[in-house]
Amino acid sequence: MSDILLSFRNIAKEFSGNRVLNNINLDIKKGEIHALIGENGAGKSTLMNILFGMPVIHTTGGFEGSIEIEGEKVQITSPHEAMARGIGMVHQEFMLIPGYTITENIKINRELTNPNPISRIFGKQLETLDMKRMNADARKALDIMGMDIEEYTMVEGLPVGHMQFIEIAREIDKSGVKLLVFDEPTAVLTESETQNLLSVLEKLAATGIGIIFISHRLDEVMQVSHRVTILRDGELVVTKPTEDTNKHEIAELMVGRKVIMERSGSDKRKISDDIILSIRNLEVKMPGEEVKGFNLEVRKGEIVGIGGLAGQGKLGVANGIMGIFPARGEVIFEGRPLELNNPKGALAAGLAFVSEDRKGVGLLLDDSIELNTVFTSMQIHNQFLINLGFAKFMNARRIRRHTQAMINDLDIRCTSSKQKVGSLSGGNQQKVCLARALTQNPKLLLVSEPTRGIDVGAKKLVLDLLKKLNEEQGLTIVMTSSELAELRSICDRIVIVCEGKVEGILPPDASNTEFGLMMSGSRAGSQQGDGIA
Amino acid sequence: MKKAKGLLARFNTSYLIDNIVPIIFIGFTLAGFIVAKGLPINFFLSELSSRFYRNAFLVLSLLIPVIAGLGLNFGIVIGAMSGQLAILIVRYLSIDYLHLSGTWELILCFALALPIAAFVGFLTGRLFNKTRGQEMIASLIAGFFANGVYQFLLLFVVGVIIPVRATHPIIKPDGVGVRMTVDMGGLHYALDRIFRVPFMWAVLVVSLLVLALVVVMYLVRRKRGQQGSLVSFIIKVALLAGLACFSLYSIATNSRLMYVRQVPVVTVILIALLCVFNELIMKTKLGQDFRSVGQSQHIAAANGINVDRTRVIAVVISTVLAAWGQIAYVQDMGTLNVYGAHSQIGMFSVAALLVGGASVRKATVPQALIGTLLFHSMFIMSPEIGKAVFGNALLGEYFRTFMAYGVIGLALGIYAWNANRKSRITLDPEPVKEANS
Amino acid sequence: MSVKIAKKNNGVKRGLAASIIDKIGLPTLIIAAFFAAVMITAVVLKQSIPVLISDILRRFGMNGVLVLAMVPAIRSGTGPNFALPVGIICGLLAWTIGIEMGLTGIKLVLVVALMATVFAVIAGYLYGRLLNAVKGAEMAIATYTGFSIVGFMALVWLIAPFKSKQMGWMMGSGLRETIKLEGVGAAQIFNKFLSFEVLGITVPTGMLLIFFAFCLLIWLFFRTKTGIAITAGGNNPEFAAASGINIDRNRIIANIISTVLGALGIIIYSQSYGYFQLYSGPLMMAFPAVAGVLIGGATASKANVSHVIIGTFLFQGLLTASAPLANQLFEGSDLSEILRMVLQNGIILYALTQVKGGGK
Repeated sequence: MSDILLSFRNIAKEFSGNRVLNNINLDIKKGEIHALIGENGAGKSTLMNILFGMPVIHTTGGFEGSIEIEGEKVQITSPHEAMARGIGMVHQEFMLIPGYTITENIKINRELTNPNPISRIFGKQLETLDMKRMNADARKALDIMGMDIEEYTMVEGLPVGHMQFIEIAREIDKSGVKLLVFDEPTAVLTESETQNLLSVLEKLAATGIGIIFISHRLDEVMQVSHRVTILRDGELVVTKPTEDTNKHEIAELMVGRKVIMERSGSDKRKISDDIILSIRNLEVKMPGEEVKGFNLEVRKGEIVGIGGLAGQGKLGVANGIMGIFPARGEVIFEGRPLELNNPKGALAAGLAFVSEDRKGVGLLLDDSIELNTVFTSMQIHNQFLINLGFAKFMNARRIRRHTQAMINDLDIRCTSSKQKVGSLSGGNQQKVCLARALTQNPKLLLVSEPTRGIDVGAKKLVLDLLKKLNEEQGLTIVMTSSELAELRSICDRIVIVCEGKVEGILPPDASNTEFGLMMSGSRAGSQQGDGIA
Repeated sequence: MKKAKGLLARFNTSYLIDNIVPIIFIGFTLAGFIVAKGLPINFFLSELSSRFYRNAFLVLSLLIPVIAGLGLNFGIVIGAMSGQLAILIVRYLSIDYLHLSGTWELILCFALALPIAAFVGFLTGRLFNKTRGQEMIASLIAGFFANGVYQFLLLFVVGVIIPVRATHPIIKPDGVGVRMTVDMGGLHYALDRIFRVPFMWAVLVVSLLVLALVVVMYLVRRKRGQQGSLVSFIIKVALLAGLACFSLYSIATNSRLMYVRQVPVVTVILIALLCVFNELIMKTKLGQDFRSVGQSQHIAAANGINVDRTRVIAVVISTVLAAWGQIAYVQDMGTLNVYGAHSQIGMFSVAALLVGGASVRKATVPQALIGTLLFHSMFIMSPEIGKAVFGNALLGEYFRTFMAYGVIGLALGIYAWNANRKSRITLDPEPVKEANS
Repeated sequence: MSVKIAKKNNGVKRGLAASIIDKIGLPTLIIAAFFAAVMITAVVLKQSIPVLISDILRRFGMNGVLVLAMVPAIRSGTGPNFALPVGIICGLLAWTIGIEMGLTGIKLVLVVALMATVFAVIAGYLYGRLLNAVKGAEMAIATYTGFSIVGFMALVWLIAPFKSKQMGWMMGSGLRETIKLEGVGAAQIFNKFLSFEVLGITVPTGMLLIFFAFCLLIWLFFRTKTGIAITAGGNNPEFAAASGINIDRNRIIANIISTVLGALGIIIYSQSYGYFQLYSGPLMMAFPAVAGVLIGGATASKANVSHVIIGTFLFQGLLTASAPLANQLFEGSDLSEILRMVLQNGIILYALTQVKGGGK
C-alpha cells in the first residue's frame, strides 16, 4: 500500500516551440505538505495548469508525460474532471460572490436538494434547495478551519483572511478531496492570519489530504512543509525533505544557473554623481503588483535594474511614476518635484516608458507603425504637426520619414511603415514600443520586461541596443525585469523588490544565494533597505 | 415607545433616496386626487384594477431575467407577439373548423403560445449570449427587428405562402395578409368571465383571509419562541380589520364603490400563481443557478455552471410568460389590434417594474405588483391633472409618456454610474500616523 | 520558420468568398446585393429610372449629415450615437424660434443653423458629461436619453408661447405636429441651389455640396492632433491615458461635434423634405442613421467618413428604390417599411454581436 497520492511522470510542455517544462518527475505523498518553489517562469503555473486540465494546455498542443493518482494513470482534460478526481485549488484571486452568504459560496453549483413533484417531471434542476443541510455542511467545514463566524453571513465586507478561509472551506467541503494546491496563499494575509493558515494546513494534512504549497516565503516553507521541490527554467532541480535543507540552499538552487549571460566589458561611459531621479516612500496601487514604500536614487547615466519575484511589486514602480496606476509618495526628477498620477506631466518632464503590457497599454494594435511611433511625441511635445493656428494637422510626410528611420535603426521587420502593428511579431512589436519611447528623446527611460516573449536571438539585440543608447547618448535607464540573467548582464546595480518594498540592492556579480534570499524576503545582509548610497 | 421610535427611524434619508421613484409616483397620485376634484373614486378604481389585471402578468415576466443578470428584458415584446400569433391561429381555425367555446379557445391559445414563445425565446437567449454586456440595448433592438418579421409574416406570408381562405373575417379582402383589427369573438373576457365577484366583496374576503393569516402566523411564532414585533402586528391587524369593516360598510350602504368593476377571480388566481411560481423557482437549484449567473458569470463558470444555458432558460421562461401575459391582456380588450397591441408593452412593463422600486440588478414580486399599481395610477391621473391644472388633457398624456422614458433612463443611468464607481481603483486610505513620528 | 510557411499556405486555401466578406463586411454585402436586386427589378418592370435616381440622390443628401454624426461618437469610444434625437431637438427648437422671429428664406435658414449650433454645443457638453459617468452602458443610456428628451420636448411644444400662425393650431395653444417650410420660403432651399438636370435626373447640388463639405471637415478634423487623440482614446483608452490624453475631455468634444452634426443634419433633412415634425417625430430617428453607418462598413468602435458615404448611399438607395417597387407588386402595402425595419434593426443587432467585452 503505497502512500504516494499523486505522481507526475516525465511531464513536458511546449508553447510555440518554447520548452517551458522538461522531464518533470515528482511524487506527492498522502498527508504531506509539499512546497513547490521557483522563480517567475520556472514552470510552476504551467505544471498546475496541466494538473487541473486547464483549457490553455489543451488548446496549445497538450503535454507530454502522464499523471497518476494513487497509482492509477489518469487523463484530466478539464477543471471539472480534476475536481471529480479529488483535486482542489485555492486560488490567489478569490472566487467568492460578495452578494452570497458563506454557505451559498461554499455550495455553489453543488447545492444539496430534495426532489419535489415538479422535479420528477421536469428534471433534477428543479429540485428544492435544502438550506438546512447545506448550512450544516458549511458549519462543519468552517469548524475544521477553526472559524467561528456564522455560516449565513454575507461574504461582502469580510476581511481578506476570512475570504481566504472560505475559499479553503469550499474545497474541503467537496467530497473525496484528496489533494489541495495552495498558490501563494499568504500573500494577502496579516501575520496572525498567516499563522492561522499554516496551522490549518497542518490540520488538513493530518487528515490525509496531500497539499502542494506554492510559496516564495522561505520562512513559511521551512516552518510547515515536509518536503521541498525546486523548479528552475522548466527543470526540476531537486526534491528534498525540508529538514535536510535550509533557506540559503533553497535560495541558491532557485536562482543558480549554469549559463550566465555575458557581460560586455566596455566601461567607456561615465556615471556621474548627479542624482537624476529620487524616489521616496512610493506607494502604488497596481493590482497584483502593489508597491508599499519604495526608495531609490538613480544617478545620471547609469543603468539600474529592478528585479524580484512576480507579484512582489517591481512592475508597480515604473507604472506608478508614469501615472498609469494610482500612486502616492515623493518623486524628484532633475531636481524638480514630479507630480504623481499625471502621465502628461511625467512625459513632458522627459521620462519615457516602455510598458510590460505591450498589447494593452503599449500599443494601438489596429493602427500603423507610424502612428504608434509618433503618437506620444505628437501629443505631448507637439511634434510631427503642421500648425495652422486654428488647428494642428498631422505632418504625414515627416511622420513617414521618421518612422522609416526608426525601422532601419531598430531593424523592425515589417512590410511598410503603414503596416498594422497587431500583425507584427512580438519582438517587432516590442521594438515599436521602444521606437515610440526613443522618439520622445527622453532624459530617462523606464523599460519593463524588455525581452518578454521575444526569442533568444532578438533578446540579445534589444539588450545591446539599450546598452548602446546608454553608452553613446548617456541615456539613464531604469529596467524592470523578471529575468535576473538579463538584469545581471547590463545593469550597474540591481534593486530587489519584495513585498512592495526595496529588500536590498546588489551588484550584478553578487552570488546566487544572495539574490535568492533577497527575492524571497530573507535579507542576506548586503545594503539595507534604501537605494541611497 | 422605543419600538415605535425604531420603526420611524427606518424612514431616514437613505431610505428616502433609495425609494425616491415610488415615492414620487405615490405623491403624484395623491396630488391627482386633490387637484382633480371631480374624479369619482369608483372610476379610478375600475380603471386601475382593469389595468392591473391586464398588465401584472407581463410585469411579473420581467423578474427572472433581472435575477439572472440579463437586466431589463425589453424583449418581452417578442413574447407578446408570440401570444398574438397564437390567438390569430386559434381565431382562424376556430371560425372555420373548430367551433369551440370561448374557454376552450382560450386554453388552446395558451397551449399554442407555449411552443412558439419557447422557440423565439430560445433564439433571443442565444442572441443575448452573443451580445454579452449589451443585453438591454440588444433586447430593445431585437424587439424592433422581431416586429418587422412579425409584420412581414402576417402581411406577406399569410395568403401568399400560407394558404388561407380569402373571405375569412380575419383575412384582408384581397386574400393576402391579416386585417388590422381582429374581433376576439368568444375569446373576449374568456378568462375574466369564468368567475366574477363584486369588488368590495373581494376586498372584504381578502382582508379577512389575510387578517386570519397574520394572526395565525403571529401565534405560531409565539409558540415557537420567536418573538414577533408586537407593534407591527398591531398595526397590521388594525389596518386589515379597518379595511374589512370599511368594505362591509360599503356593501351595506351600497356606496359608489360597489360600482367598481367586478374582480375576475380566475385572472387574479393566475396572477397569484405566477407570483408563487416566481418565489418557488428561486428555491430550486435552477433558481440558485439564475442567481449565481446573475451575480458573477465568471465565478459561476469557474464552478462549472453552464452560464450560457442558464441564461437561455431564463429568457425562454420570460418569453413564454410574456406570451401568456399578452393573451390575458388581449382577452380583456374586445378586439385585437394586430399590428399595434404589443407596441408599447416592453417599455411600459419595464417602467412599471422600476416604479415599484426594482433596479437593473434586483427585482422582487412585491416590487412588480406595487409598481404596476403605481405606474398605472399615474397613467390614469396624468390626463386628469393636465385637464384640471393646465386645461389640457393632452399635456397629461405627453407627460406620462415622458415619465415612462425618464424612469427607465434614470434606472439605467444609476446602474451604470454605480458600476463605474465600484470598478475604480483607488489608493488605500492613509494609515493613521503614530504620535511623535 | 516552418510555422510561418504553413500559415501562408492556409491563407491561399481560404476561399475567395471568405476573403471578400472579410474585406468588405457582411452587412455591406447584404445591402448591396439587395440594392442591386431591387434596381434590376425596377429596370425590368420599366419604372422611371431617372426619377428613381433623382429620389435616391435626394435621400442620400438629406440623410448624410445625420449619419455623419455617428463618426465622432463611434471614434471616441462611446459607440453609435443613439442619442441623436438630442441634436435633432436642438435643430427643431432653432427652427421654431427662427420661424417665430418671422424670418424667411435663406436668412431664416442661416440664423436657424447658427442657433442650432449654439444649442447643440451646450446640449452636447451636458450630455457628454453624462456619458462619462456611465462608461460601458453608453448605448442603452443614449437611447433612453434620446427618448426622454423627445418626451420632455413634447410637453414644451404643447405649452410653448409661440404665436406664429405658421406653426400653431387653429385654436388653442401649442404647436402643430407637422410644420411646413414652404410658407417661410425654406423648402428645398439647399436642394435648389445650383441644381441642374442631366438625362432627366435632378441633381440637388447645393445639398450634396453641403454634405460633402461636412464630410471633408470631419475627415480633416480626424487628422488633427485632437482628432488623433480622440480616436486613440476610443481604440485603446489605457494606451491613450498612458500617453497623457484626457480621455473624458475628448469624449465630450466628440459628443459636442456629434450633437452639432445632428442639429445641422435635421436642418438639411427638413429643408429637403419641405417640413419638420415635432412631438414624436424625432423619436426613432437615430436608428436609421446608426444602421446607415454600419452598412457602410463601420462597427460599434470604428468608423470613417467613407463608411458614411457608402452606407448612406446603399441604405437610402435601397429604401428609396424599393418603395415604388413594393407598391407595384403589393398594392397598398408597406413592404418597403417592413424591409426597413428588418434590415435596419438586423444590421444593428449584428453590430452588437461584434462588440467585445462584457461578461463578468
